[in-house]
Amino acid sequence: MSMQTNFVTPVAQLKAYASTAGVAIAIPSHGEPGERSRAVASPRDLRTEPGPIRFVVIALAVSFLTVFVVLPLVVVFASAFSKGISAYFAALAEPEALSAIKLTLLVAAISVGLNLVFGVIAAWAIAKFDFRGKTFLITLIDLPFSVSPVISGLVFVLLFGAQGYWGSWLQAHNIHILFAVPGIALATIFVTFPFVARSLIPLMQEQGTQEEEAAISLGASGLQTFFRVTLPNIKWGLLYGVLLCNARAMGEFGAVSVVSGHIRGETNTMPLLVEILYNEYQFVASFAIASLLAMLALITLVVKAVLERRLDEGQIPRNDPGDH
Amino acid sequence: MIRRILPLVAGLLWASSAFAADYTLLNVSYDPTRELYADFNKAFVAAYQKETSKSIEIKQSHGGSGSQARAVIDGLQADIVTLALAYDIDAIAAKGLVAPDWQKRLSLNASPYTSTIVFLVRKGNPKAIKDWDDLIKPGVQVITPNPKTSGGARWNYLAAWGFAEKKFGSADRAKKFVADLFKNVPVLDTGARGSTVTFVERGVGDVLLAWENEAFLAQREFGKDKFEIVAPPLSILAEPPVALVDKVADKKGTRAVAEAYLKYWYTKEGQEIAARNSYRPRDSEIAKEYEKSFAKVELFTIDDVFGGWTKAQKDHFGEGGIFDQIYKN
Repeated sequence: MSMQTNFVTPVAQLKAYASTAGVAIAIPSHGEPGERSRAVASPRDLRTEPGPIRFVVIALAVSFLTVFVVLPLVVVFASAFSKGISAYFAALAEPEALSAIKLTLLVAAISVGLNLVFGVIAAWAIAKFDFRGKTFLITLIDLPFSVSPVISGLVFVLLFGAQGYWGSWLQAHNIHILFAVPGIALATIFVTFPFVARSLIPLMQEQGTQEEEAAISLGASGLQTFFRVTLPNIKWGLLYGVLLCNARAMGEFGAVSVVSGHIRGETNTMPLLVEILYNEYQFVASFAIASLLAMLALITLVVKAVLERRLDEGQIPRNDPGDH
Repeated sequence: MIRRILPLVAGLLWASSAFAADYTLLNVSYDPTRELYADFNKAFVAAYQKETSKSIEIKQSHGGSGSQARAVIDGLQADIVTLALAYDIDAIAAKGLVAPDWQKRLSLNASPYTSTIVFLVRKGNPKAIKDWDDLIKPGVQVITPNPKTSGGARWNYLAAWGFAEKKFGSADRAKKFVADLFKNVPVLDTGARGSTVTFVERGVGDVLLAWENEAFLAQREFGKDKFEIVAPPLSILAEPPVALVDKVADKKGTRAVAEAYLKYWYTKEGQEIAARNSYRPRDSEIAKEYEKSFAKVELFTIDDVFGGWTKAQKDHFGEGGIFDQIYKN
C-alpha cells in the first residue's frame, strides 16, 4: 500500500521549533545535503578562508564541544565507575534506586502516552482545519516552554495543595494528588506538553489536506482517513516528538521537585534521587543514576539522528518492515 | 514491541507493591538527619515488632526545615514531623494540623536530642579560628546557609548574636558584630547540607558554621586528616523538636504507632542512637557514657537570650527584620 507521494518534509522548520523549544541537543549535520540543495553549490566551493583560519575556527569549535559536552559526560561515567563495576551495579540495585527508576518510567509512560494522544489531536486540528482562536491555541500549546519549571510545579500546589482551591474537597474525599504519583505525572505532562504537537504541526501543514480529501471522496470515513492516510504520513515526525517528549519527561527536575514531597522510595524520580544521593556523600550511587540518565540522552541522540535522516529523505520507505 | 514491554513494566510495579506492612508512617524531617533516622527507624521497627508483633514501614522525607513545614501545610501526609526548630512546627500548628500545645506533650520541649553550633575548619586550622571573634577578622571566609530558608542557619546566626550580646553587653553591638560576620560570607546556600558540600566538596571558605552532628559527619565521611572541629567556648543549645501531626495520624489511624515512635526517642536505646550519630543525648547516663565525644561548651538557650522562637523569628528573620537590615547593607 504505497499511497505516499514524495512530499518534502520541512526538516528545517522542525529543527527550528526544536531549538526554540529549548531542546539543548546539538542537531547533527548531515554529510549529504539532500537532493534539493545539491544543485545549488557543492560544499567544497564555500571554503574560501585560508587554511590557518579554518584550523583555528575548527579547533575552537572542537574544544568548546569537548569542554561543555564531552568532558561532563566523561566525568559522569568516570565517577559512576570510580569504585568498580560491582559498586556501580550495587548502587543501581538499591531499593531506593529501583523505586526511582520505576517511578520515572511510569511517569514518562503516562505523560508521553497522554501527550501523544492530545498532541496528535491538537496538531491535526491546527494543521488541517481553520477555526477561530487558532493562533490562541498555538500560543497556549507553547506556554509550558516559556514558563519556568518551578512555576509549573507551584501552579499545581496552588490548585491541589491542602491550602489550594480544591484542597479541602480532595482531602475530604481522601484523594491524593500532590506529593503522590498523580501530581508528579501532572507536572510532567504540563512541561512536556508542547513537544508532540510542535513536532507535528509544521509537518502536517506542509502535507496539506489533499490526500485526506482524496480518501474521503473515495468513501473513507473520518477515522479510516485518519488511521490510513494521516497517521502513516506523520509516523516519523510523531516518533521524533515522542522521543523529545520522553527525554524531557524523564529528565525533568524543577517542576517535579516542587510537587514530589521527596518521600524516599516513593516519590523521588531519578533526577531528584541524583541530587539526594549527592548530598548524602554517596557519589558513586549518585553518578550511577546520573549515568542512566546520560545513557538515555545518548540513545535519544542516536535515535533522533536516525529519525531526522528519515525525515530528510522526504518520504517513508516502502515496504517498511518496522511495525510500531 | 510495546506488547512485550508492558507486562514487564507491570510486573516490576507489582513486585514493588507486594510487600505491605501493618502500618506505614511518614516522617518529614530536615536535612542533616538522614543518617540519624535511617539508624533510628531500623531500631524502632525491630523493637515494635518484638513488642507487638506488628510490622511497620517508616518512610522518610528530607529537605530544608522551612520548606518541609510548607510541604506538610500543603498536604504532604506526614504522621510525624521532626524539624530543625520549633518555629517551623508552630507554623504547621497554626494551620490546625498539629495541636497548639504540641511542645508540652513530650518532655524536654519535645526535643529528645539536642545539638549545638560549632566550627569546621581545614586541617591545621590555618586561620587560627578559636572563637566567634575570629570570624569577623578580615580575610576570613565564613560559610553558612541562608537564615531565611535554613533552620541550621538561624541557629548559626542566633549563636553568633548570643555570643556578641554577652561579650559586648548590648543589642546594638551584637547587631554590628553579626553584620560584620555576614560581610565575610561569600555565598549563602539554601540548606545546611548545601553549605557543607560547598565547604567540603568545592573547597570554598575557611570555616563552616555547622550543626555539631553535621561537622562530625563531614569529618567521618572525608577523614580527620582533612578537617578539624573547633568548638567555641560559648554557643547555643539547639533543640530540634519532634511532633505528631494530629490531623494526619487520626485520619490514617496511626496515632498509637506514631506516639510509640516518638516515645522511643526517650528510651535508653533511642538516646544511644542519638549519641552514636553525634547528637547530644538528654539522658544523663548515656550523656556520661559519650562524654568524651562532645566538647565542653557553655550553652545558652533561645528562651534565655531571645525570649523564645516566635519572638526571635519576628525580630530577626521576619520581613524587614534585623537580618534583612543587615544583609541589605
